[in-house]
Amino acid sequence: MVEASPAARPRPLSPHLQVWRWHVTMAASILHRATGVALYGGALILAGWALTLATGPAAYGGYMGALGSIPGKIVLFGLTVSVFFHMANGVRHLFWDAGKAFEPRTADLTAWIAFAVGLVGAVAVWALPVILRGY
Amino acid sequence: MADFRTPLGRARGLGSAKHGVGHFIGQRVSAIALVVLMLWGVWAVWMLAYAYRGYEGALIWLHSPMNATLMTLLAAVAFYHMWLGMSTIVEDYIHRPATKAVLLIANTFVCFGGAALTVLCVLMVAFARVDWP
Repeated sequence: MVEASPAARPRPLSPHLQVWRWHVTMAASILHRATGVALYGGALILAGWALTLATGPAAYGGYMGALGSIPGKIVLFGLTVSVFFHMANGVRHLFWDAGKAFEPRTADLTAWIAFAVGLVGAVAVWALPVILRGY
Repeated sequence: MADFRTPLGRARGLGSAKHGVGHFIGQRVSAIALVVLMLWGVWAVWMLAYAYRGYEGALIWLHSPMNATLMTLLAAVAFYHMWLGMSTIVEDYIHRPATKAVLLIANTFVCFGGAALTVLCVLMVAFARVDWP
């Protein structure tokens, strides 16, 4: 067996993250992972909801009180943005899996659309009750 | 150091574990299901926050067969999807074999434990006999 010696030829290295110019597709890719991790926490919050509801009124009241506090609402708003962005960007991935929408212009445009869906979706979900019902 | 293994013996066990396609398809199919389930989930949180406020409201809401079914599906599919996703993240960024194994196992326990907890609690509430006031 011929083994390649380690010092034979230096292999090309890909440039490190910090020398890249930021572009929107890169930001969308990184944020897809980041929001996925955030939604991991969101699923655990859902588990806590089910657990406290099955436990009883005191536990449920305390839990919903914590979620309805200002820090709780900030977390829930962040999760709402994450849900809509991760969903829209996931649909982009499904199109790529089908071999479509790879053109740079299309990929840039759909990345911006995914950001817009995340923000507009979350703001709509939080603003609509205020507008409709006056809460 | 002398290596007495045959070339075939050295190559065996490397390369594909033959599990990639199952992971790929599972991730996509659960993603498609979650598009529908999460839109319903956002609606569900809305209902619980405004129309079915409080403990009694949530009990009434979860006694609906449709709500109980969709909440069970949402929990099961979401925990499955995030189990696959977090495994990929660990495999991408953690290279020390021991740390990687510990994190992959922890991820499996959290996701399957979370799914079991959520589904069982939802079913307990959905099946509980309630003496309506």
